[in-house]
Amino acid sequence: MIAVENLGLRIGQTQILSDVSLQIAPGEIFGLVGESGSGKSMTALSLMGLLPRGAVTTGTATLDGTDLLSLPEWRRQRLRGNDISMIFQEPMTALNPVQTIGAQVAETLLVHNRANRADALRQARTQLDRVGLSHIALDRYPHELSGGQRQRVCIAAAIALHPRLLIADEPTTALDVTTQAQILDLLKALVAEENMALLLITHDLAVVANMARRIAVMQSGRVVEQGPTAQVIHDQRHPYTRALFAASSHRPERAAQTGDAAILTVEDAHRHYPGPRRGFTRTDPIRAVNGVSFTLKRGESLGLVGESGCGKSTLTRAILGLDPLTSGSITLNGQPISPTMPRARRADMQVVFQDPYGSFNPRWRVDRILTEPFHLLDTPPPRDAAITEALKAVHLHPDDAHKYPHEFSGGQRQRIAIARALITRPKLLVLDEAVSALDVSVRARILDLLADLQRQFGLSYLFISHDLTVVRAITDRVLVMQAGQIVEAGATEQVFTAPQHSYTRQLLAAAPRLPDPIGAPHVA
Amino acid sequence: MNRLPATLLLGTLITAVFAVAALLSLVWTPHDTTALSISDRFLPWSSVHPLGTDQYGRDMVSMLMEGTRTSIAVALIAIGIGITLGVPLGLIAAAHRGSALDEVIMRGNDMVFAFPSLVIAILITAIYGPSATNAILAIGIFNIPVFARVARGGALPIWTLDYILAARTAGKSRARISAEHILPNIANLLIVQATIQFSLGILAEAGLSYVGLGAQPPVASLGKMLSEAQTLIYSNPGLAVLPGLSIVILVLGLNLMGDGLRDALDPRLRRART
Repeated sequence: MIAVENLGLRIGQTQILSDVSLQIAPGEIFGLVGESGSGKSMTALSLMGLLPRGAVTTGTATLDGTDLLSLPEWRRQRLRGNDISMIFQEPMTALNPVQTIGAQVAETLLVHNRANRADALRQARTQLDRVGLSHIALDRYPHELSGGQRQRVCIAAAIALHPRLLIADEPTTALDVTTQAQILDLLKALVAEENMALLLITHDLAVVANMARRIAVMQSGRVVEQGPTAQVIHDQRHPYTRALFAASSHRPERAAQTGDAAILTVEDAHRHYPGPRRGFTRTDPIRAVNGVSFTLKRGESLGLVGESGCGKSTLTRAILGLDPLTSGSITLNGQPISPTMPRARRADMQVVFQDPYGSFNPRWRVDRILTEPFHLLDTPPPRDAAITEALKAVHLHPDDAHKYPHEFSGGQRQRIAIARALITRPKLLVLDEAVSALDVSVRARILDLLADLQRQFGLSYLFISHDLTVVRAITDRVLVMQAGQIVEAGATEQVFTAPQHSYTRQLLAAAPRLPDPIGAPHVA
Repeated sequence: MNRLPATLLLGTLITAVFAVAALLSLVWTPHDTTALSISDRFLPWSSVHPLGTDQYGRDMVSMLMEGTRTSIAVALIAIGIGITLGVPLGLIAAAHRGSALDEVIMRGNDMVFAFPSLVIAILITAIYGPSATNAILAIGIFNIPVFARVARGGALPIWTLDYILAARTAGKSRARISAEHILPNIANLLIVQATIQFSLGILAEAGLSYVGLGAQPPVASLGKMLSEAQTLIYSNPGLAVLPGLSIVILVLGLNLMGDGLRDALDPRLRRART
């Protein structure tokens, strides 16, 4: 039994957590939901005793009667991996790339002196079998495994000593929907088998809604609402909970304005990479993009959906004219696209990337960042006026032009990225997972902004994403991509309500869905 | 209001003292360092010779001023050679990662790396005769692969970032991206490496002078003073300790300045400090 009572946390002068109280019974899945900065990860780290230097805690957090917060470090070390373990969001960086997976699972047992080397490896095998990796040898390295398999390895290591509490911090956020569904099923089964408590931390309400018996909603270091999952979803007593639910299923208001003329045409596009070297020969080429054809009309918003490795990034780079095609053609306004095309042709098409942190040179100020695409124009418009206009278009203040990117939040940065894309007045915007890294409430506002800009400037969108909810909210038509090919294409609502291809059906079935708040008495 | 960090101030102050002394020695030293006076040798510290005299009766203050000048000049020019040739090579290699050009540049680097610097120095000396200039050349050549590697290594992860893709969609060439985006973001690495290479340069100059391949008499250098004082370390330890201390303090000052500069140049760290 885990009991957290009035947990407070202060780092320096900043109060991170206040009055966090929650109980998790053995065999229970407890969902901790909140946006970034709400303190959900810090709550978990408090339990693990892995807080950053200078952190001061108040209150208690007991595991079967032992107060975790007051333990000296050496006693905590015995608990970690033994009674409490944790899995993280990014399974690639959570594993050591130069150690075999067998060694890493066995390590937990060795550290706690529960087995000798041979025994530990034998038990590692058993644990890996339990998490569904019976076909993977112990001497494999993390890079030889897929994202889902790596997360399974992390889980195997975490449960090797049968912990009483497993903390899963965004365990499926970095994974594809179908993999996410499998990992969640696995966690559910393990909780029942081991009778352990699972603290599931996520920003995704849909994930916890289907998993947790009880959930707590966190906002700025406080639990604003907690209770049985069904009740929280149904009642939504706290305004923040309501806002979170509303944002999760937010659909911006859009007016159909699809024209007849095609702006972007992709015809039988192929992009093959040389296969891996085997001795002096190479194996068959990898067909990352294998015969893709589609047209994007003026003013249309077209979604491109697919899981990682399906070739959508390769296709995107070819469309942006960054990489060449092996065969086939891409035309923008009837002009061919290629890495060697004249600069001016690129001005009609700009891109917004996923990562609001990696999208800007950290040493440049916003004004310089925004005007970089002016390089494409022979006679750029007056600089200051263009900067002000672009910042206003994305609802930022003109004074922000003199700041550095690190002075902005994730959502604001994504607005800057959109402003940069708009500055050459393009006709086509490629949105490459442009809202995937954002919190739901921020995401909702960015989607509104995109819908607004589309109307205002008559933009066409190519919206690339793995997130089906978002694609459904913002696109007119959708393409489903699998293994380098488009397996299904059609009007968005039609594809989502009556999918034709088995892969589309599989994707839709795997996507976690929010239950409708029946009655929803408090929703205005 | 941005306050300059204490390390930068201290480092700059130390470096400035040495730089001023070195520059001053170009036009004035308390005593003439080319005039030998055996009767004045090993004089203790006095008002005429504040740090005494060496085994040839030369004033130590004057010798240190000149020696600092030679050492700084050799190390600085050698770093200059390394940076002006090495950094562009590294940037080009990173911009064309995996291509034949990358291979040619980096394997060429490896070859220079694998060559013992002393052998090159002897080779140069055999052809052109020993001098400070040839010491600069020898040390400089060996700075090239160091900076090329650091530049390439720092540039590679930056090439994978989204803002590079954004710059490419803005139609910029690889060379332009390297200059505008990559170089400013690896500047901190290069500054730190430069301070390390500076210390190594001073030591390398000392080594080359020691075997007679560096600065030739009557030119003084800190390294040469150090090696000449070697046999007198027990009878007159001051002759070795003074140039040794000068090297230590100078290198320390430069390292502090390098660290401070790196922090001051980074807008993210600048903000975090205030």
